[in-house]
Amino acid sequence: MPTYSFKVNGKAVKVTAPAGMALLWVLRDKLGITGPKYGCGMNVCKACTCLVNGSAVTACSTPVSSVQGQEVTTIEGLANGDTLHPVQQAWLDLDVAQCGFCQAGQIMAAVDLLSRTRNPTDADIDAIENVCRCATYGRIRAAIRAAAQKMS
Amino acid sequence: MDAMGEGGGPGFSIGRRRLLTYALSSPVVTIAAGFGVNLATPSSAVAAPTPLMPADSVDYYDVGDSIVQFAAPTMPLVKLSVGTDGKVTLEMPRLENGQGIATALGMMIAEEMDVPLSDVIVHSADAQPELRYNQITGGSSSVRCFDPVLPVMAAEARARLVAYAAQQWALDPSTLRVEAGVVIAPDGRSATYGSLTVGAATMPLPSAQPKDPSQYTVIGRFTGRLDARDIVTGRKKFTMDLAVPNAKPTMLRMPSQIRGQVISVNNVAAVKAMPGVIDVVVVPPGGAIVPRQVGVAVMADTFGQAWDACRALDITWGDGTNKGQSNESIFAALRAANPPLAAPPSGALTIDGEFEFPPATACPLEVECAIVDARADSAEIWAGMQTPIVALQATAADLGLPEDSVKAHVIPSGGAFGRRLFWDPVQVAAYVSKATGRVCKLMYHRSDDIRHTRLRPPQVHNVRATVIGGTVATYEQHIAAIRLDARHGYGEKGTAETGAFPEGMPQTFANMNYEQFFFKTMVASPYNYGFSTKLLTPVTFDWNTVSYRSVHIQPARLVEEIITDEIARAMGIDPVAFRLEYLRLPRARAVLQRVAGAAQWGKAMPAGFAQGVGVHQESRSFTACIVELDARDPLHAKVVRATIAIDVGKPINPSGIEQQCHGGLAEAISLVLNAGLTIKDGLPQEGSYSQYHWARMIDFPKAVEVIIMPNIGDPVGGMGEPGMSAPSGAIANAYARATGIKPRKFPLNARDPFVATPAGQLPAPPL
Repeated sequence: MPTYSFKVNGKAVKVTAPAGMALLWVLRDKLGITGPKYGCGMNVCKACTCLVNGSAVTACSTPVSSVQGQEVTTIEGLANGDTLHPVQQAWLDLDVAQCGFCQAGQIMAAVDLLSRTRNPTDADIDAIENVCRCATYGRIRAAIRAAAQKMS
Repeated sequence: MDAMGEGGGPGFSIGRRRLLTYALSSPVVTIAAGFGVNLATPSSAVAAPTPLMPADSVDYYDVGDSIVQFAAPTMPLVKLSVGTDGKVTLEMPRLENGQGIATALGMMIAEEMDVPLSDVIVHSADAQPELRYNQITGGSSSVRCFDPVLPVMAAEARARLVAYAAQQWALDPSTLRVEAGVVIAPDGRSATYGSLTVGAATMPLPSAQPKDPSQYTVIGRFTGRLDARDIVTGRKKFTMDLAVPNAKPTMLRMPSQIRGQVISVNNVAAVKAMPGVIDVVVVPPGGAIVPRQVGVAVMADTFGQAWDACRALDITWGDGTNKGQSNESIFAALRAANPPLAAPPSGALTIDGEFEFPPATACPLEVECAIVDARADSAEIWAGMQTPIVALQATAADLGLPEDSVKAHVIPSGGAFGRRLFWDPVQVAAYVSKATGRVCKLMYHRSDDIRHTRLRPPQVHNVRATVIGGTVATYEQHIAAIRLDARHGYGEKGTAETGAFPEGMPQTFANMNYEQFFFKTMVASPYNYGFSTKLLTPVTFDWNTVSYRSVHIQPARLVEEIITDEIARAMGIDPVAFRLEYLRLPRARAVLQRVAGAAQWGKAMPAGFAQGVGVHQESRSFTACIVELDARDPLHAKVVRATIAIDVGKPINPSGIEQQCHGGLAEAISLVLNAGLTIKDGLPQEGSYSQYHWARMIDFPKAVEVIIMPNIGDPVGGMGEPGMSAPSGAIANAYARATGIKPRKFPLNARDPFVATPAGQLPAPPL
C-alpha cells in the first residue's frame, strides 16, 4: 500500500492507505480525527466537509491520493487555540446547533463561503447543500451573516 | 473511559468521587404534587366545554401523562451530585439527541442551586434497569417528567449545603445567601459548594421549596446549549467517534427486500482476502422481543474497507415478508380496511376527502450505529438509545447472559426522531461481536439505513364533515395505517414483552392495545365539531415501523386542518374567523390571534402566492402557524415565510423552543411538499438524501418568526413533537388557496425521477 504525506490542522502526517481510500476514513479510522462525520458517503449530505488548501471538499468523496502534499483543515483545526474562528463564535452567539452531528460540515462550508466572499447573498447561502435533519438552517443563515459582518 | 459523556464528561475524575449525592426520597412526595398539577389543574385547557361535545379526553390525560406517571415511582433513584470541584452533575435517564433536554434540565439545576450553568454537567445516564419505566425518551415527555421533580431536588441540595455552612459558622441558615455556587454569610465569610459537599452529606434532609417563577433568573431566558462549544470545535463525541479499544469497523449489507433473508454468500473466501478485511458474518433471523436485522456483516480495519468488501459480496437473497408490495398495493389494502363513513343526514352540506400518506423515514443524520463488546461472561454496549433498559435486557437475552453482566452506555445521538426507540444496530453488533470474538463497531450504510429503516406507517384517511343549519354538526375521520410497532413498551422488558405477546405474531393483540392507547391519548381535536370521531384501523403487514416524531398526530391533524379550511370555504367564512369560532380552548384561540396579527393575515398576495393557516394542540402545548407559499409552479411550491406562535405553558429555554419550532416547520415542509418513500417489490427505492427530499437550506424560508407566549402559570407542555402539525396544515391550506388544487396525496410537489441502487446492493463510493 502506498504512503501519503500531507498536513492536517497544521501538523504533518504520513499514512499508509490504498490510493482510493476516502480521506474521510483516513481521518477518522487512521488518524482518529472524528470531527468530520459520515452521513451518506456519497457527496450528498456533506456532513464530512473539510477544507483542502482552504477550499471545501467532502472528505467522503476525496481520495486520499489527491491530498498528497496538501493542507487539510478539519473542524478541530479551525480555532486558534482557545480563540474561536468568527464563524464558530457566531455559531455560539446564536446557539445554532441542535444535535450537532452536521455542524462541523456546516461550519466548514460557511468558512469556505466566507473565504470566497465577505458579503454573501441569500443565493450564495442557499447554495450550501449540507443537510441538517434538525433544521438549524434559519440560524445558520443568521450566523453566516453575523460572521461576515465581523470578518469584514 | 472519559470519552463518553456529553458536555464536560471528561472532567469526571477520581477527585470528584468524593461527593454528595442527592438521590433523595423526597421527590416521591414532589412527583405526587406534580401529578396534582398536571392532572387536576386543567387551567384554561378544559374551560367551558360546549353543550354539543365534552372536552376532548386528551385535555385530561395524554400519553405524556402516562410517561410522567410511569416514571414517577423511580424518580428518587435519579442522581444529582455535587463534586468537590463544585460541579453539579445530573445523571439524566434520557437520551440527549439534539432536542435540548440536557440544557433545559441543567437550567433548572442552575436556577434552583444558584450555580452558573457552566458548572452544571448533564450526562445521559447508563442504562439503569432499576429505573424501570423511567428511562424512555419519547412522547415529548422529558421536560414534563422532570419539571415537577428536579427543581425540588436541586432546591433541597442547595438547602443542605447551606445548612452545613450555617452549622460550621454557627449561624441561622436563613441568614445565608448563595451566589454562583458560593455560600456567603452576612459577615462576609464564604465557602464554595465544592468545599461544603462532603460535610453536607452528613446533614439531615431539609425540606425546601423551589423558587417562585417571579424570582427566575435562568429559566425563561434564551440559553445556549450546554454542549455548544464542544459541537463547534468538533469535540462532541457521538457513538462512532468513541475510542473504544480494539473496536473494529463493521458494516452490514442488507437484503433485497424488507425482512428478506440470506440464502447464501457465494464468495466468502474472496471477500475475506480483500485488504483490511477481518471477518465476514451472516447475521441470521432471531432476536429477543423484536426481530433482528438480517444481512451479511463485514468487519475490517477501516470503514472504507468494510464498505468496499460489503459491496463485493455476492449474495443470494431470499424474499422478504412483503414481496411484491408497492405504495399502490399498500394504499389499496389500507383503503379497503377503512370502515365506511356514516351517510350524511339529508340536507346537510357535506365536505369529504380521501388522503394518502406514503411511508416516511426519520433519517437522523447520524446513521444507526452501535458498539458492542460481547464476551463469554459479560457485555458492554455504546449507542444512542431512546430505550436503553430494554435494549440491555434484550441484548442479555440474545447473548445468553444475565442482565447484571451487561452494561449499556447511552451516547448522545445525532438526532433520533423516534427511530432510536428500537435498538436494531445493538442487536446486530452484539451478534457480530459474539460471532467474531471482537469488539464490533457497527455502522449502517445510509442507503440501507433508509431502505431498511423503521417506517412511519403509510396511511389512508377518509373524512366526512357535515354542516347542518349553518353549524358543523359532525366530523368523522377514519385512518387506516400499517400497524405501528410498539414493542419498546415503556422502555423495559415487561411492557415490551407484553407488546410482543403472543410471540411470533406480526400484529399482536397487545401491540394493538398499545397502538390504540397511544392514538387515543395523542390525537386530539382543537375544534368543537359536534359529533367528532377519529378512528384508527391498524392493518397487519409484517413490516418495520416506529413512532416517528408526532407519528399519528401530524397526519391526522394535517387532514383535519385541511378539512377545516374546506368547511370554512364551503360556508363562505374566512379560515381564521372560522377557527376562532370553532376552537374549543382559549389558549388555542390566543395563539391563533397572535399569529394572525403578526403575519398580517389577509394581506394582499401576488398571483400564485397565498397565505395558509393551521392551529394545533398536543402534549399540553398550543401552537398556530401562518405561512406564505410561492406556488406559481404547483409542482415546486415553496414556503417563503412562516410565523409561528407557541404556548408551552412554562417556557424553560426559549432558544430550544424556537429550535423545536424550526424543526417542526422543516418536518412540515418535507412531509407535506417533498419527502416520501416509494416502495417497489417490498423495498423503498430511495437510498439517500438526494432521493428522499428532506428540507435543505434552500427549502427553509428566509423569514421565520417564532413567538413564545408568556408564562401565565400553566404547567410545562411538550415541545419535541407539537411543532409539526400547525405548519403542516398551514402549508397545505396555502397550497389549496394558491392553486385551487385540493391537497390529497402527499407529498404535494413533483418528485424528480432518479436511478435507484439495485435492490440488495450498496452504491459505489464516488471516488
